[in-house]
Amino acid sequence: MQAIANWFQELYEKTGLNFSVFYDAYDWGRYVDGLKMTLLLSVTTILLSLVIGAAGALIQSGPSRIARAMVNAFVVVFRNTPPLVQLFFFYFGLGTLMPAIESGGMRIPLLNNTQWAIISLSLFAGAFNVEIFRSGIEAVPRTTVEAAEALGYTRIKAYIHVVLPLAIRVCLPALNNNLVNLLKTTTLAYAIAVPETLYAVKQIWSESQNVLEMMIVLLATYGILVGVLVWLMHRWERAMHIPGYGR
Amino acid sequence: MSAPRETTRDTPNGLAVLLPFRLTPSGMSARIGPLPAAILCFVLVIAASSAWSASGSAVLSPLDVIIKWAPLLLTGFAFNIAISLLAMLLGTFAGLWLGLALLSEFRPVAAVAWFVTQVFRNAPWLVLLFFVMFLVPFQVMIFKTTIPLPDWQKATVGFALPVMANVAEVVRGAVRSIPSTQWEAAESLSFTRRQTMWLIILPQCVKRMLPPWMNIYSLVTMSTVLASIVGVSEMLTLTAQVHAAEGGRPELFAPLYGFALLCFFLYCYPINLWTAHLERRFHVH
Repeated sequence: MQAIANWFQELYEKTGLNFSVFYDAYDWGRYVDGLKMTLLLSVTTILLSLVIGAAGALIQSGPSRIARAMVNAFVVVFRNTPPLVQLFFFYFGLGTLMPAIESGGMRIPLLNNTQWAIISLSLFAGAFNVEIFRSGIEAVPRTTVEAAEALGYTRIKAYIHVVLPLAIRVCLPALNNNLVNLLKTTTLAYAIAVPETLYAVKQIWSESQNVLEMMIVLLATYGILVGVLVWLMHRWERAMHIPGYGR
Repeated sequence: MSAPRETTRDTPNGLAVLLPFRLTPSGMSARIGPLPAAILCFVLVIAASSAWSASGSAVLSPLDVIIKWAPLLLTGFAFNIAISLLAMLLGTFAGLWLGLALLSEFRPVAAVAWFVTQVFRNAPWLVLLFFVMFLVPFQVMIFKTTIPLPDWQKATVGFALPVMANVAEVVRGAVRSIPSTQWEAAESLSFTRRQTMWLIILPQCVKRMLPPWMNIYSLVTMSTVLASIVGVSEMLTLTAQVHAAEGGRPELFAPLYGFALLCFFLYCYPINLWTAHLERRFHVH
């Protein structure tokens, strides 16, 4: 670790390329905190959006006309409006209307900015996931569902144990794409001052005056994060591959 | 879960079998129309502002505030559209060449193009925007003439970069989807590679590229609001300013941002519908 720090210190002295994150403990700490926040945002929003997508797709294939219309409205609205405006609408618009706790003269909102970012981004990605899951569910043969019904599965149980596992396998490539997009969209949380990677890096470059170097670090960070996610999803895709479908 | 159904209509003689077989597009049947959705959106805005109207004080109601400032906000929205169109134009032009470079038979060119595409496709839009905003100077000197680069122009370039990478992928995908027999036929008619590409392959690709290209456009339009983060005075910046000008009342946030949502929705949703329509029409079986 020390050797790396020394090398970057030397690089700075020789060439003027100031990668302060790699030798300055304070900058490194902020960068790692930002990275942790990005990971927290990504993991929670990915999981939540998957749940929203699965639930939405279940309702969409269900019998209730009103519930179907509501899910459709949700999907259509969230897919066709900018995620940043959604975030502002939730955080500023709904956040100020929510009841807050008064403590010691300070107004502490019920949900803080990180939680609003998670909610807003999950809903945004969830709207896409509903469509993706629905396309997967449509690809599950009708006969398979009928066979499950013949074996005495209820609608929910058949959905969880039979339809969804098959549907996920079919729609994994599209899901993969959307989750990568979601990871990239977490940068929007910057706009409401959630201290994620972009926010931390911006702080570092405005104090250490090394915009170019930090920009390279930033691009590399997201490159690696997206790379890891894509690699994981591809492995999952291969493991879940249905013999006889596709390649 | 429904399988494609056959539409049976009543014919005068009751012979539905004589009608042409037609699959109902199950993808669209369950969607709601743009108008009900827009009304729903607006109801949301009004509902959010109804908390205010109960108090009934002398200040403007949220709806009046929106009506009062609508011309300014809509000018901001027009600016967003202008940025998106310009970015799309730039990005498409650059992306076409990058896509052709991806398909190049000269290995190093293809490798460099691949790397560029991956970098700009996998970086978040906001990061690329920061990249351009902070690393491109505010003016450039060419032959002793100073060309100023205002914020919005740099932002446009910042949006054009991811567009370029995405368009390049679309071009590559479309060219790859053309049957190889087309290449062979062109070769047997002694077309050169360049002639084959420009006169035979690309004209066939246009139709296939249109739906994904429009998807990208819709994405760019929705991304233009990011410019407000780096200080371009487009719709979202103006919305914040209007909010401040009206005394920064917290209950105004929801209606104002709701109005912005509505504007984008009314612009993007028809594009989305049209894209879906084209996709079905051009669907390659």
